[in-house]
Amino acid sequence: MSEEPSEKAETKEETETETETKAKAKAKAKAKASASTKAKSEGKKPKKAKETGKEEPSKEAEPAQPLSDQPSPPKSRNEEILDSLLAKYSLPESLVVQLKDKTAGLDLTADQLSRIVEETNSAYIKALIEPGEAAGTVAAQSVGEPGTQMTLRTFHYAGVRELNVTLGLPRLIEIVDARRTPSTPTMTLYLDEEHRVSLEKAKEVVARIERIAVENIAKSIEYDMINSSFIVEIDAEVAEDKCLDLDFIAKSIEKLKVGKVSVEGNSIIISPETTAPEKIKRLRERILDLRLKGIKGIKRVVIQKEDNEYVLYTDGSNLAQVLGVKGIDTTRIYTNNISEIAEVLGIEAARNAIIREAFQVLDQQGLDVDIRHVILVADLMTSTGKIRQIGRHGVSGEKSSVLARAAFEVTVKHLLDAAAHGEEDALEGVTENVIVGQPVPLGTGIVELFMRFSKDGS
Amino acid sequence: MSFYELVKSIKSIRFGILSPEEIRKMSVVNIVTADTYDEDGIPIEAGLMDRRLGTIEPGQKCQTCGNRVRQCPGHFGHIELARPVVHPGFAKLVYSLLKATCWNCGRLLLTNEDVDKYTILMDRYRRKWPQLRLRLADRVIRRASKNTECPHCGEHQYKLKFEKPTTYYEEHKEGTVKLAPNEIRSRLERITDSDVKLIGLDPQIARPEWMVLTVLPVPPSAVRPSITLESGIRSEDDLTHKLVDIIRINERLKDNIDAGAPQLIIEDLWELLQYHVTTYFDNETSGIPPARHRSGRPLRTLAQRLKGKEGRFRSNLSGKRVDFSARTVISPDPIIRINEVGVPIEIAKLLTIPERINSYNIEQVRRLIENGPDIHPGANYIIRPDGRRIDLRFPKDRKAVADAVSIGYIVERHLKDGDIVLFNRQPSLHRMSIMAHKVRVLPYKTFRLNLCVCPPYNADFDGDEMNLHVPQSEESRAEAGVLMLVQEQILSPRYGGPIMGGIQDYISGAYMLTRKETILTREDASQLLARAGYSGELPPPEINEPKELWTGKQLASLFFPSGFNYSLKSNVCLKCPSCKKEDCENDAYVVIRDGKLIKGVIDKKSIGAGQPESVLHRLIKDYGTDVGRDYIDKAFKLFLAYIDSRGLTIGLDEEELPAEAKREVLEAIRQAESKISELIDTYKQGFLERLAGRTLEETLETKIMQELEEARELAGEIAGRYLKETNTALLMARTGARGSFMNLAHMVACVGQQSVRGERIIRGYMNRTLPHFKPGDLGAEAHGFVYSSYKDRLNPIEFFFHAMGGREGLVDTAVRTSQSGYMQRRLINALQDVRVEYDLTVRGTDGSIIQFKYGEDGVDPAKSDHGKAVNVEKIIERVVKAGGG
Repeated sequence: MSEEPSEKAETKEETETETETKAKAKAKAKAKASASTKAKSEGKKPKKAKETGKEEPSKEAEPAQPLSDQPSPPKSRNEEILDSLLAKYSLPESLVVQLKDKTAGLDLTADQLSRIVEETNSAYIKALIEPGEAAGTVAAQSVGEPGTQMTLRTFHYAGVRELNVTLGLPRLIEIVDARRTPSTPTMTLYLDEEHRVSLEKAKEVVARIERIAVENIAKSIEYDMINSSFIVEIDAEVAEDKCLDLDFIAKSIEKLKVGKVSVEGNSIIISPETTAPEKIKRLRERILDLRLKGIKGIKRVVIQKEDNEYVLYTDGSNLAQVLGVKGIDTTRIYTNNISEIAEVLGIEAARNAIIREAFQVLDQQGLDVDIRHVILVADLMTSTGKIRQIGRHGVSGEKSSVLARAAFEVTVKHLLDAAAHGEEDALEGVTENVIVGQPVPLGTGIVELFMRFSKDGS
Repeated sequence: MSFYELVKSIKSIRFGILSPEEIRKMSVVNIVTADTYDEDGIPIEAGLMDRRLGTIEPGQKCQTCGNRVRQCPGHFGHIELARPVVHPGFAKLVYSLLKATCWNCGRLLLTNEDVDKYTILMDRYRRKWPQLRLRLADRVIRRASKNTECPHCGEHQYKLKFEKPTTYYEEHKEGTVKLAPNEIRSRLERITDSDVKLIGLDPQIARPEWMVLTVLPVPPSAVRPSITLESGIRSEDDLTHKLVDIIRINERLKDNIDAGAPQLIIEDLWELLQYHVTTYFDNETSGIPPARHRSGRPLRTLAQRLKGKEGRFRSNLSGKRVDFSARTVISPDPIIRINEVGVPIEIAKLLTIPERINSYNIEQVRRLIENGPDIHPGANYIIRPDGRRIDLRFPKDRKAVADAVSIGYIVERHLKDGDIVLFNRQPSLHRMSIMAHKVRVLPYKTFRLNLCVCPPYNADFDGDEMNLHVPQSEESRAEAGVLMLVQEQILSPRYGGPIMGGIQDYISGAYMLTRKETILTREDASQLLARAGYSGELPPPEINEPKELWTGKQLASLFFPSGFNYSLKSNVCLKCPSCKKEDCENDAYVVIRDGKLIKGVIDKKSIGAGQPESVLHRLIKDYGTDVGRDYIDKAFKLFLAYIDSRGLTIGLDEEELPAEAKREVLEAIRQAESKISELIDTYKQGFLERLAGRTLEETLETKIMQELEEARELAGEIAGRYLKETNTALLMARTGARGSFMNLAHMVACVGQQSVRGERIIRGYMNRTLPHFKPGDLGAEAHGFVYSSYKDRLNPIEFFFHAMGGREGLVDTAVRTSQSGYMQRRLINALQDVRVEYDLTVRGTDGSIIQFKYGEDGVDPAKSDHGKAVNVEKIIERVVKAGGG
């Protein structure tokens, strides 16, 4: 948004529609958020079960599909009985869906149905996690152990041939590091109904978002020592392809306020006020890097046809700005830049993004990891409302225990600080108790109740 | 016993700064002499090795506490510094304290209103959010530092400069003045307790002036033991060396002050003292040269002792060395059960379990005592009820000793069959890396383990070593037996499927046994079943005429529990577009009905390790871990017995293609080559169409690589067609026992493109890879395409390219292990305190909620059915069946 001034060249109308769509997008996001909070407060059902259900690949997608496809047909007899039966138990939503789905076509008596539900419930209770379980350690091991089997190959093709995306171990490290920008930011943009079917319309959207700088359309840039001016030769063909005309380019350059700008044939001549070689050099960079149109950060856009619709893949990411572009289906927009998602859509969205990204990395490598482990990692990273890194500058560094911090990294600093502030280590964690040689408060160590024996052993 | 042990627990540990008074109080000797020992090797009084600091030599009594080496905890001494010195660790904090307070009156440079405001906030934070306390303190300091005039006494505040590591300057109008540590100290002394609190410090525990040292504690000699070399020369610890330096300078400084030496000399010495104290604390302080040993090696002083992987924390506190452990090479043993471990007798005689004598075991224990430490089921020590140990190596007449013991004695007996021990292989990446096994004492010198536990340990037998630990208490053995036993770990919590199972020959054997063509005579069948440990009747023969014959499927069925139903597609399945299920002509659809293998072959998909939704998985899920373990123990032996009886070899002559196949392979490659030269031509003529987002050269590369990849695949396909059905390598690849079709194609058809960094090989000389090619050659051969197969041998150029690709693989693995190791360490460290509470929420140590319900549905992945909470289909099937019948 801070780039707004340079965009004024575009017609007012467009900016208006832009803000309008932005507002719409915001409203939608809000609606979404409130819906999910509603779901949360509705009952004991696990939060956001639906959302994660979507993220789970193929396996879960199958049973979930018919639900969304059929616009809720009249309830079958089975379903009605099931509903009344299920009211007694608090089964997770995924199970309820499964039950309804699997019984749908079958001819079952009420008695059979109730036995099915009962057995499902008892099997579910058996599968519940036990108190004291070291869920964190297990999750860390489950996510970390396959790391040794992952390829180090940084680049792979993601869906689109032309775009490289970091995958495998480097990407996983990037995610748990909570880096501000991924090494290969990319967005997946679906288009709205108007634009998704025709290539022409899709190209229009591309033109709106792809960042075109002077260097992209310049054939050459030279500094004329005699007239002390720059001569930028524009590649007319390319410029036309990108819907840019010379005058517009010249005007844009003028806004840099570096000197007189004039058009001469296919060239633009800029006469800067200074002649100092240092400044000239810097000026050259500034001119080349001048954004003529499009969105900051979106370096390239590739159009791809995916079952009857055109989808855009971008090199570079700028969620906030792209959300406001006309023609984008804002409900399906996606970026792999997690911190951007956190900024624009909030921490819950970021949490989902972490789960999705991390799970995708593992899945692509053919590594079977239960999504619950990934969810726990993501939840820990986002539980404070901000994305915290797994490591010294995040989760580990913010631990309350001095000994735990000292045992991880930067030992001496933590000890000195603790001494100065008179910190007290309550020995509640694992490392601390290992250090002092006491049982760890996990698993069987969670029990704090002891039987008192009389001395004589009776 | 353990109850009373547990009662004595450490509730918390408080950190703080020692005040000079405390240091003096806890000191047993004021150390003034820089020397350690005299000529006779006797420690000098008031020297660094003073006897009062604790004993380090065995047999010697401590002069302070009277204890011997093991009991004496060591005692601190102290050095009275002639002039105060800044503690280097707190130098930065001292700087902000000086900045935030008035040099004159010592008050915080804030108005009273601000002070009140912050005090209230601070109190609230202290109670509720201790973490925020520090941030508020930061803010207070920053606010206060901005004030250039004291709101209390109105004095102008000079600008302070801090020069690392321990020097402070004040900028007066006349010029900068260096602040001496005693001046700093007196300023810090003036700060009131309430102001100290506002800065985030606790005045009871850490008064600011204590950060300027006037007395230096001297650690006990046990902390810095001197070692006597064989030549009789004493070598002192680095810390002692550093302390010697400090004392020497301190004494010189003292003498000079007493003698009234010029200020300049005193200041020089003072600075030197500061340097020595600084390096004593941290010898890697930036900005000053590290103190070095005579040999030029930097000294390892206090901070270095704590820091890093080899530091006190990570190597002695977080990880500790233990007794009752053993380590040796491992070797396979398919005969012992999966939850057993073969322990060499020699190790069994050294590792012991304390057993309390009671009326039930007294006779057995007596026999153990008689056997003594050298005969295997024996004992090494007896602990009398009064705590005295009797070493059984020494008594001549152990019989008498054995008769003398009575109920209540504890005997440390040898490890014997059935004892529970923990078995581990590093790296311990997941919880299945340490599992409980039952001991099987065996001859020879290696640990023996069943092959099915190789996958969880990630073990092979090319020289791997493993560790064994013997739990010493009744509780630990019980816990290990219930929670950590191998069969309890078959289902991995990573994906909710079996991580153990058949590998390699187990799978080949199972496949060969359950193939349609396997028919066995009564003799063969009995032989096989006997080896599997089957006891019971032979099933009625499948074929009666002309003689009784049994199928392999019949034998394999004997180990399923009756009533077991399952069906799945096996690994040999060709993935036809429409599955014929039971009527599969490849016998690739496995059907088990009522515990009988009706159709299909057993292979990796059914019994393989790490295969979720396999026969093995269903068996464990439906019948429990003990049935699962029993199945692995028995049925798997049958598979091995069969492969043993039949044999499975792979020979060079098998990996030979007929001449026509070779011609076809060659033809395929030729075609790819001609396509490539076409591509190169179009590129050279400039007609090549550019792929979006790529340069022309990149486009060409991609296309060439595509072409070559296809050629290799085609070659593999051709090879696959021509290889005989009986080819064992093919059998192994198909069943998933070992190797892949690609490996096979490499051996018989064509190795294909070698790559470095995901590209064809381009490095080497200018514009060419090797001098054998013309510069600018873009052809396949010049960029690492290997035409030959391994069988046909590689030519030198191909060999070289192949080695390049191979080397990259090696480097990759090396880099990956370190990277993923660090990631795992961080993950574990961040998540280790997270646990499930009684209310099924997931919380961190401070009680903060991370998840309201674990994994959103509260299901333990280890107990789940490959991620699903409940297998609904199975239940419906069962209910429907019960309802029908």
